[in-house]
Amino acid sequence: MEAIDLGDIDAWYLILSAALFTIGLGGLLTRRNPLVMFMCVELMLNAVNITFVTFSTALDDLAGQTAVFFVLVVAAAEVVVGLSIVVAVLRRRPDMTADDLTTLRG
Amino acid sequence: MLDAAWLIPAFPLLGFAVLLVFGRRMGEPIAGWVATFASLGSFLSTVGVFFALQGEATDERFHIVTLFTWVSSGSFTVDAGLLIDPLSITMCLFITGVGTLIHLYSIGYMHGDEKFSTFFVYLNLFVASMLVLVLGDNLLLTFLGWEGVGACSYFLISFWFTDPANATAGKKAFVTNRVGDFGFMLAAFLVFVELGSINYADILTRAGELSTFSATLIVVLFLLAATGKSAQIPLFVWLPDAMAGPTPVSALIHAATMVTSGVFLLTRLNPVLAEAEVWSLGLIAWLGALTALFAATAAVAQNDIKKVLAYSTVSQLGYMVLAVGVGGYVPAIFHMITHAFFKALLFLGSGSVIHGLHEEQDMRRMGGVARFMPITAMTFVIGWLAIAGVPPFSGFWSKDEVLLLAWNADGLGGPALWAVGLITALLTAFYMTRQVILTFLGRTRFFDPTPEEIESARAARLDEAREGIGAAEEAHASAMAAVEKAEADVTKRQDALTKAQESLVDATAAVAASSEGADGHDKLVKALDKAEKAVPKAETALAKATDGVSAANDGVREAEEARAVAIVAVDRVSAAEVAAPSEFVTAQTPKPEIEGLEEYLPESYAHRREYHPHESPWTMTTPLVVLAGLAIVAGALNLPFTKELHFLEHWLEPSLFGNEAKVTASAATKWLLAIIAILVGAVAIVASFAVYLRGRFDPSRIEAEPLRQAWYVDDSYASFMGGPGRRLFDGIAWFDRTIVDGAVRGTAGGLSSIGRTLRVTQPGFVRSYALGISVGTLFVMVWFLGRLYA
Repeated sequence: MEAIDLGDIDAWYLILSAALFTIGLGGLLTRRNPLVMFMCVELMLNAVNITFVTFSTALDDLAGQTAVFFVLVVAAAEVVVGLSIVVAVLRRRPDMTADDLTTLRG
Repeated sequence: MLDAAWLIPAFPLLGFAVLLVFGRRMGEPIAGWVATFASLGSFLSTVGVFFALQGEATDERFHIVTLFTWVSSGSFTVDAGLLIDPLSITMCLFITGVGTLIHLYSIGYMHGDEKFSTFFVYLNLFVASMLVLVLGDNLLLTFLGWEGVGACSYFLISFWFTDPANATAGKKAFVTNRVGDFGFMLAAFLVFVELGSINYADILTRAGELSTFSATLIVVLFLLAATGKSAQIPLFVWLPDAMAGPTPVSALIHAATMVTSGVFLLTRLNPVLAEAEVWSLGLIAWLGALTALFAATAAVAQNDIKKVLAYSTVSQLGYMVLAVGVGGYVPAIFHMITHAFFKALLFLGSGSVIHGLHEEQDMRRMGGVARFMPITAMTFVIGWLAIAGVPPFSGFWSKDEVLLLAWNADGLGGPALWAVGLITALLTAFYMTRQVILTFLGRTRFFDPTPEEIESARAARLDEAREGIGAAEEAHASAMAAVEKAEADVTKRQDALTKAQESLVDATAAVAASSEGADGHDKLVKALDKAEKAVPKAETALAKATDGVSAANDGVREAEEARAVAIVAVDRVSAAEVAAPSEFVTAQTPKPEIEGLEEYLPESYAHRREYHPHESPWTMTTPLVVLAGLAIVAGALNLPFTKELHFLEHWLEPSLFGNEAKVTASAATKWLLAIIAILVGAVAIVASFAVYLRGRFDPSRIEAEPLRQAWYVDDSYASFMGGPGRRLFDGIAWFDRTIVDGAVRGTAGGLSSIGRTLRVTQPGFVRSYALGISVGTLFVMVWFLGRLYA
């Protein structure tokens, strides 16, 4: 397997993206507030978006940026559904944590 | 006219539908007439089709009239169509002809029955099903008719189902027939697998494509079907029990038509039989011959008038199956037709007798019925001559053809088959003569007290005599008490006497001791005087008491005598048991001795004496007369003398595809066989007259118990099914419950327990899912990178 030539690319973009993703994942796994967990997911999505954009520029291929648009649209839709669920739940029980929401237990 | 062939089954089907809806409202006798005319319409249509068919050239007499497509599934198509050929039309002619007569007869026979209209609903449905069976142009339609007649047979056997015995007989017929139907279905499947069609048009023309093996298997399976419907060994057990149904049913279904459908089926499939191994034909022939012989032996010892005819039917069906086995399809159909006439006649005649004698079915209670029922007796005698093989009655010709074909059979043990058939003919003539004698000749035993009545009278007499003993014993006891009392009296008197004598002695001494004139002398003299008087008084009292004892002893003696008399009376009544009527009856059997019992006979006896046996109404005698005429002349259908007289043989030719066995015997042999058959029949009739009319021979030595129980076949089936068979089926049920159902339930249970195990991975904590996804992603990444740099 030959290595892909990444061209003139600032590795810091990728390091930033990895850092954001790790923060998001860490937050998702450790925090219990649904709203914060939600924000963490958004953070992870955007970390991936940065990676997409970085590689798109480096490889001079617009497909990466197209993917970003898709992610954005899906994330927006997800926010609409997810946020409304979270708001509805918190309205009923303001002190709710994610661990209390076990109704869908198998 | 051929296009109108659909009218043949349509008439009784319409009659069935109309009666089903309006039958109750029509009531008696209109419902009966509607049914009769439906059957008559069918008969007239059949006659029309018959003449149309006869007007055609011989080789064109094979038509398929397709009515509509019944089943269409992939390459499997079944049309509801009628196969019009000489064989099916011959069957239809006697089914509808005899059927119409029996419908008419039933109007009289079922008179006053509260289910009058229901009876005709079933009867019309039966005729329709039977016609579908014989006219169907494929095996599936035949099977529809086959099951239809089976269902009607079940309904009609248990028609009077409030009696559990009738209901059981119906169930027995149904269940036994299912065994045969299983053979029918397997055979039909096999035909479809081998030929890709179940239409007779294909089967009959392409039978040659069958391998010998599959043809043999098909024949054996259809033989199993035939042993069920046509009551052959081993499945014959239901037919004698089927006599529980009303007698017209026995005549129509269980003698003339339905029970011949097995023979019809084998005849219809003659090209398949031609392809089968010879041993399977031998199996058919021998099964028929043995059934004929076996049932004839059982018929000899039956006392129920209908049971005799039932076993006789099994036996005659055996002849037909024998004929089919040796390739004698024409004699089989010929015997089927003549048998339909004379056996229907005999059954209807027995029904007429039963009707006239107040539902009495036991021949031991009949005798001399000819006096009351001349028409029934005359027609029954004709039926008897026909079945006994007396020339020129129809049974002689058809049975002789069967025997000739049996003799002629090559490679199947022809002469042995012939001998079995001949012995059967001998037994047939014997038991039918017995039946005629016991029913119609001799003394009328109907008015005799029955064994049960005598038994009850004797019990009443015995009770009375026993009461006599009790009374005598009581009298004896009180006499004994009187004796004791008298003896006590004597003792008392004796004491009194002794006392009186003592006081006399005392007084005498006292008087002697005192001197006269002394103080109190007078008083003492007076006492002496008194004592002297007391002694004779006490003596008189003693004598009287002694007399009392002897009188009391006389009383005891008298009571003892009375007791002895009573005991003798009881002994005499008990001993009279020896004189109970024998269960073996001939025309010579005397009236049972009921000396001294007359006044003790129960009321049923007096009732019966007031009852007058009578001839049946015209609706019942008309069919008898018509059938008697047919039973005389039906032999003319296929007279053996010249080729031109073989009407039936020429007529059936197109249906037999040249598979009819050729008779190779010389004319002299034929004559010899016929003469032997006549002689054997004559010997049997003479022997039966000697035994049953003249009483020259004790019938108890002929009517052995094993014969009466039909060699215990039925009982052994019952005990097998109740014992080892039951355990076997219990075992199969256990296998089904435990192994088969267990596999199904085990699969479900296993999946459910896997689910229960896996549910712990779904705790409902969203963060643990997120962790799972992360770890999974990590694994995928490691795996991916591993592949990338491996």
